[in-house]
Amino acid sequence: MEASAYIDEARDPLIIAEGWVKDGREVALATVVETWGSAPRPVGSHLVIDGEGNFQGSVSGGCVEGAVVTEAIDVIGTGKARMLEFGVADETAWRVGLSCGGRIRVYVERLG
Amino acid sequence: MDTKILEKLNAERRARRAAIVVTDMGDGGARLIRQGDAVEGELGEAVAKALRTGKSGLVEIDGRTLFLNAHLPNPRLVVIGAVHISQALGPMAKIAGYPVEIIDPRTAFATPDRFPEIVLHAEWPEDVLKRQPLDAYTALAAVTHDPKVDDMPLKAALDAGCFYVGALGSRKTHAKRVERLLAMGVTAEQIESIHSPIGIDIGAASPAEIAVAVLAEVVRAYRSRGLEAKGAAA
Repeated sequence: MEASAYIDEARDPLIIAEGWVKDGREVALATVVETWGSAPRPVGSHLVIDGEGNFQGSVSGGCVEGAVVTEAIDVIGTGKARMLEFGVADETAWRVGLSCGGRIRVYVERLG
Repeated sequence: MDTKILEKLNAERRARRAAIVVTDMGDGGARLIRQGDAVEGELGEAVAKALRTGKSGLVEIDGRTLFLNAHLPNPRLVVIGAVHISQALGPMAKIAGYPVEIIDPRTAFATPDRFPEIVLHAEWPEDVLKRQPLDAYTALAAVTHDPKVDDMPLKAALDAGCFYVGALGSRKTHAKRVERLLAMGVTAEQIESIHSPIGIDIGAASPAEIAVAVLAEVVRAYRSRGLEAKGAAA
């Protein structure tokens, strides 16, 4: 792997995911695909998760990552992608809602 | 997403080339589209727009919901000349989200004391640019007004399609520079794209004010890039 002067390789979720796959780990990729109102991370942001729940990157300001990681481990198990939605209007808002008042949709898929 | 796609995407990102990952939200199928790849129809238009604006998002095409994730290289600014203006421009541009590198072979100017926490190359521009070529996501501002130092990187920036090329100097200085660049094989169209006098017109007088004017011009060029050549990227 050739190091790039232009990407922060130690923190870049997509570079990390590639490394994890090469190490033989099972990896899920979570992507913010839609946002409404004030959302902490823009559309296209990634969180990568391995089978043991290690994660890098972000899809929010830390508000919903825990829930996404749990779902991602399921996705790694089943291989079936799923769409998650978080927001204050969500019934689970008291648990994993976004305090900023926005709403986001996160697509979670298995790599490979 | 297929691991092969991820590897190819990361290769493009490391090389500072734009790419789009298109994922079908229905079946999860993904494909990688590189800048310059020919894409037909509605998807082609959506891809061209994403490459131009850098905005990712969902699109509906032929009854399918597709997610286009635009991966564009971060913009950066290369300044030729470790002069007083650059001392202000370096930190300002960095704060604005445009990482800066300053190149000046004159070692009396290019000292870490004068440029704390800025990437500084006390070398000839041709040597630095050989290692780190310019590209479409790079802005170049030449502020030494010394032909020996400025001319080569100006031509390199025009040839690389830098989104911004600016050159410091009075109209008289610039007229002479135009003659030299034409003699180097630069086209009249390329000459037209050089921002000179440098910086937007805010009546800037001090070196720091000129830096503000230059940075504003760089931001404007970045945010409006490709608008005149709509669809050319597809």
